[in-house]
Amino acid sequence: MHFTVVFSGLSGVCDRLRQARVRTPAAGSFSNVVSVKMATVLQFPASVSTFNNYNDLYPDWTQREVSTGTTIMAVEFEGGVVIGADSRTTTGAYIANRVTDKLTPIHERIFCCRSGSAADTQAIADAVTYQLGFHSIELDEAPLVQTAASLFREMCYRYREELMAGIIVAGWDPRRGGQVYTVPVGGMMTRQPVSVGGSGSSYIYGYVDSNYRAGMSKEECLKFTAEALTLAMERDGSSGGVVRLAVISEQGVERQVILGNQLPKFSTV
Amino acid sequence: MSEELFPEPEWLSEEVKTGTTIIAVTFDGGVVLGSDSRVSAGESVVNRVMNKLSPLHDKIYCALSGSAADAQTIAEIVNYQLDVHIGHSEDDPLVCSAATLVKNISYKYKEELSAHLIVAGWDRKKGGQVYATLNGLLSRQPFAIGGSGSFYINGFVDAEYRKNMTKRESQEFVVNALTLAMGRDGSSGGVAYVVTIDKDGAEEKCVLGNELPKFFDE
Repeated sequence: MHFTVVFSGLSGVCDRLRQARVRTPAAGSFSNVVSVKMATVLQFPASVSTFNNYNDLYPDWTQREVSTGTTIMAVEFEGGVVIGADSRTTTGAYIANRVTDKLTPIHERIFCCRSGSAADTQAIADAVTYQLGFHSIELDEAPLVQTAASLFREMCYRYREELMAGIIVAGWDPRRGGQVYTVPVGGMMTRQPVSVGGSGSSYIYGYVDSNYRAGMSKEECLKFTAEALTLAMERDGSSGGVVRLAVISEQGVERQVILGNQLPKFSTV
Repeated sequence: MSEELFPEPEWLSEEVKTGTTIIAVTFDGGVVLGSDSRVSAGESVVNRVMNKLSPLHDKIYCALSGSAADAQTIAEIVNYQLDVHIGHSEDDPLVCSAATLVKNISYKYKEELSAHLIVAGWDRKKGGQVYATLNGLLSRQPFAIGGSGSFYINGFVDAEYRKNMTKRESQEFVVNALTLAMGRDGSSGGVAYVVTIDKDGAEEKCVLGNELPKFFDE
């Protein structure tokens, strides 16, 4: 099935979205579903255009935007940051991708964790990657994490009405070491030693508040992040799959995946 | 007049809710219940010291959340019904009976009411028990959390709860959970009320704001 999305009134990065065509979700990939709040018209092929009540005939996921209902997390430690995310992308109740990678590289030692609309966050991340790459070549040195975060903030705040994106920017630079900046929906930016985001994050605020201590080692941060993500994935229907982790430090980036059967176990779950 | 110079504050017309955090935990020999103390109507806090742990009988308490009026009324009605149920008998009522009475009201009037009560207590037959009665179901659980603040501590309680904790450990667990939830939920706050019920009776305690545990960001 192909359908075209019609909407109006956007500019800048959103211009690219104007020409996007919507494809049905294929296993293991995002579909480029775009949507604008209250301004989307979906036209179905002629053979089914007479049906206006889609409730029973068409599954829920053909009418819903693709979102990374998610749990994402980032923690600073001495010498770098640990970032983590679950791997589920949903369109309504259908899991469009169960092995998503929500940890996106923006530069060599700067990553972002994406939550919210899959399309919006991918588009923003692409745009910031471009801008940061250009900036870094001009400066002829590694960009600061704060610069990357500011670029995200600029875009998320300027287009706050059209976008639905909650992003955590984390990385390492030579000047200030490991840093985590959070840019939630709405476009504010703040630096935090530990930050969680996405729909599953509500369930683990208590756990993170009680278990985080300043001065943890890299291994402790990895364990802390994996446990927090596991707890959130157990409680949040929109988070699940595997846990993807990455450690960013002066030495570079180390990535790991913890599969479902290897996740930490808790007595009540 | 549709336009007013000084429009009526939202909280005058908002229903009074106990946007809340409540928790009940079994330990070896009894139960511990805990709640915060904030009652809000819109953005205004109408009572900052409300005790949401309401006795249904000597050794059975319930924790109130949701609409303040609905929850209080259910508790009062069940208090009366429980007395009728035991009549002149010497025995203490079973926790299961109290929970069933709460569940019956919650289920029968589920469209009209919006309150969630957690019933917990001690009886001779099964010791300490906790029952959740959300939306008219009845579920016995090792522990239960409820209220708007409970979302934030789901991860914490899943990770930290262990079976067969001592009384002291359960009390600490409850106070920690309440503090974390009050730290994140705008509709929960104030002081923490803790009630411990075992075979010897019920002991009520109030932990003031400055005595609550502190976490890394304070």
